[in-house]
Amino acid sequence: MLDSGCRVLKGRVILRLLLIASLGFVALPALAQAQAAPRVEPGVVYATPGGWFEAAMFYVFGGLAIASALGVCVSRSVVRMATWLFFALGAVSILYFLLAATFLAAIQLIVYVGGVLILLIFGVMLTSQSAWVRFTPTRTNLAVASLICVGLLICLMSVLAGTDFGPPSATSIGTPVEAIGRRLLTHYLVPFEIAGVLLMIVMVGAAHLARQEKN
Amino acid sequence: MLAIGLIHYLIIAAVLFCAGVFTMVTKRNAIGILIGVELVLNSANVNLIAFDRYHGKGAMDGQIAALFVIVLAAAEAAIAVAICMNFYKNLVTVDVDQGDALRG
Repeated sequence: MLDSGCRVLKGRVILRLLLIASLGFVALPALAQAQAAPRVEPGVVYATPGGWFEAAMFYVFGGLAIASALGVCVSRSVVRMATWLFFALGAVSILYFLLAATFLAAIQLIVYVGGVLILLIFGVMLTSQSAWVRFTPTRTNLAVASLICVGLLICLMSVLAGTDFGPPSATSIGTPVEAIGRRLLTHYLVPFEIAGVLLMIVMVGAAHLARQEKN
Repeated sequence: MLAIGLIHYLIIAAVLFCAGVFTMVTKRNAIGILIGVELVLNSANVNLIAFDRYHGKGAMDGQIAALFVIVLAAAEAAIAVAICMNFYKNLVTVDVDQGDALRG
């Protein structure tokens, strides 16, 4: 039991190192884009047509995201699911980098990979006698669910294939954090404050829900 | 094929969404259902940011909406894990099929 736990821990360390190493590659297109982009207005990066490197990065990490999502679907043990989710979240954050949303990508890594995933692992630890406990769904459940999901996917794909989104707007894409912060504190001030109140309520509520009853 | 456009990201988001829905429907572990919810929220975020990049006109509305989604997802995960712990305290399992005390 202890031995398998150690192996899992070592595996997770290796996974994390792999993700950090892959993040090094992400810096390359970002740097290339920063140099290639004509700076018409200070502080605003303009969209440039993507080259082969962007396409390669997209196919590698988009494929990784899809494969990890399917891994979440098929794995039975919840620890395996969490590991696959880790890969999926990391790949999606790299897609955010490719979409020039660098701040969102960093937030995705910090909040999801660093926070929510750890929370889920703690949840697994605190709510089972063994981390490898598994509940198998019935065959009918699986059949109906896969029927519904494949149908949904086919519907979505046919809608996407039949929709013309028009030419992409050739305007700027605002990536600097300063612009996001300015927008957040002017145009989106009320939702921002409501989100702050919500987070406080959640903090108190979670502490209340999870506390130990006295004797 | 080489030029990555909006549609490529939308396809990835659609696959992530369907995988998340499948996970939510089939898993009986409460934490597993939470993982499915996270996948669904992530696919919505990919959509928001892709539309912001290709049709956003520089207003960053999509990015800020995605930011709020991330905030809500973190809050939801915290509450849901607390609920799972209470569930476990009461039933000594996290199998959601066992939590049928409220059925009519």
